[in-house]
Amino acid sequence: MDNIIEIRNLHFRYDADGESNTPEVLKGINLDIKKGEFVAILGHNGSGKSTLAKHLNGILTATSGTVTVDGIDTSDESKLFQLRQRAGMVFQNPDNQIVSSIVEEDVAFALENLGVPYPEMRKRVDDALKTVNMYDYRLHSPAQLSGGQKQRVAIAGIIAMRPECIILDEPTAMLDPQGRKEVISAIRKLNREYGITIILITHYMDEASGCDRVVVMDKGRIILDDIPVKVFSQVELLRKIGLDVPQVTELCYSLRGAGLDITPEIISEEECVKALLKLFNEKEYLL
Amino acid sequence: MLKDITIGQYFPIDSVIHRLDPRFKIVITLIFIVMLFTGDSVICMGISTVYTIIAVILSRIKLKMFVKSIRPLMPFLIITALLNLLFVSDGDVYFHWKFIKITSDGVNVSVFMIIRIVLLIAGSSLLTYTTSPITLTDAVERLLIPLKRFKFPVHELAMMMSIALRFIPTLIEETDKIISAQKARGAEIDTGSLKNRAKNMVSILIPLFVSAFRRADELATAMECRCYNGGEGRTRLRQLKSATRDYIALSVTVIFFVCVIILNIFI
Repeated sequence: MDNIIEIRNLHFRYDADGESNTPEVLKGINLDIKKGEFVAILGHNGSGKSTLAKHLNGILTATSGTVTVDGIDTSDESKLFQLRQRAGMVFQNPDNQIVSSIVEEDVAFALENLGVPYPEMRKRVDDALKTVNMYDYRLHSPAQLSGGQKQRVAIAGIIAMRPECIILDEPTAMLDPQGRKEVISAIRKLNREYGITIILITHYMDEASGCDRVVVMDKGRIILDDIPVKVFSQVELLRKIGLDVPQVTELCYSLRGAGLDITPEIISEEECVKALLKLFNEKEYLL
Repeated sequence: MLKDITIGQYFPIDSVIHRLDPRFKIVITLIFIVMLFTGDSVICMGISTVYTIIAVILSRIKLKMFVKSIRPLMPFLIITALLNLLFVSDGDVYFHWKFIKITSDGVNVSVFMIIRIVLLIAGSSLLTYTTSPITLTDAVERLLIPLKRFKFPVHELAMMMSIALRFIPTLIEETDKIISAQKARGAEIDTGSLKNRAKNMVSILIPLFVSAFRRADELATAMECRCYNGGEGRTRLRQLKSATRDYIALSVTVIFFVCVIILNIFI
């Protein structure tokens, strides 16, 4: 499959032209993301993960190195709108990204900006709202909605542009558990049913465990980049950089530490139960 | 407690007036205001009053709401009327005692003044009662489009208005939270001397401003991410379409206005 995002030796620091010598936030990132992939980027506060996200649709541009999205160099200002149409971005606080006082008009905002003619716009807005299950609320005011619903409206506003990939910068950080569930299942649906490339920045391990691939960042560098099972089995390394591992992984890790023959490459409860039963049966057999 | 505040006081019910195209409603309201100040006789005032009453009945909004919107202006109304009554000295003298002189013109001017202002408030309230603020903003934007030729920032103004409307509930909620947080830290907002209360307002306003600026910054980024690039080449989801009823309403208003002008010339 083709790469949709290619990052080559990306360095970045804020105020690069200024006098002050601010430290580098990103110190040589190399990353390829394939079309249709669901990638989670994990990292502690200040690891540079949000800064990296802002490079993917040209909000920030590299101090040195290159970022290419769907063949467009993000430092090319003349193609900024093409870039932003292809790589949509959803932010943490849904309240601060909704522009209009009516849900359907907010979803239409990007299309209005792009000058999409009315019949096409109407159809795309309705489709986007149906995709995130918010069609029944199209005439509501955002103030009447819950956090999870507002975030889904924000996502609909992005998918109405029909982007190739969506970058979500901690979209569930301000939501209650119910809202988190709604948003995550909406994102999964976009990836599975519509083939949209998803880059999910998060610090919730359980959200990352359902992805195709997990990228772990620390102090401006990528330190791990693998499938979830492999990443989470590095319990000690993750703890060292201030990240938690999923509870089941931690359990298996501790059991292993206590001398039991169990693999730490377990990230779902189901797998954990299976492994424990297996262990239990073997023990009984031995006895 | 702050949640009850609404701007514009829109009543979302279904009526003929509600369904009118907002652009027509604004134009009609402007004609109505001019009409109020054109006529200067009993019959002209009567025509304007009848027009207003018909519109109020058609809007299906309770009379109580109009009374409510006029009430705060009562003292102002009474004072203006009294001043006119006492200081207009032309016409037949009805009553004379020392320096107080009440004349026919004085009575006329003050009665007309009261009727005019009451009708003016009722008429303009009718516009905001039957049109949602966002629709109103939209209609103003479209009506002002010709001004673009003179570099008047029509789109920018409308965008600012609609963002302000969007953030009113958000900021009210935020203010509520800050008040609770400061109360929990011992700030006296409802109690204490006036001076202290004013001082404590600062502890609400500063966090509110800081957060409003942060929100503005994030919103600007989010808007840019959705390809916002000013008003050039934008299309709109909300389509305003004028229907026959809009032209009928406009014609009726114009007919009333013409009657007032004609009567004013001949009487």
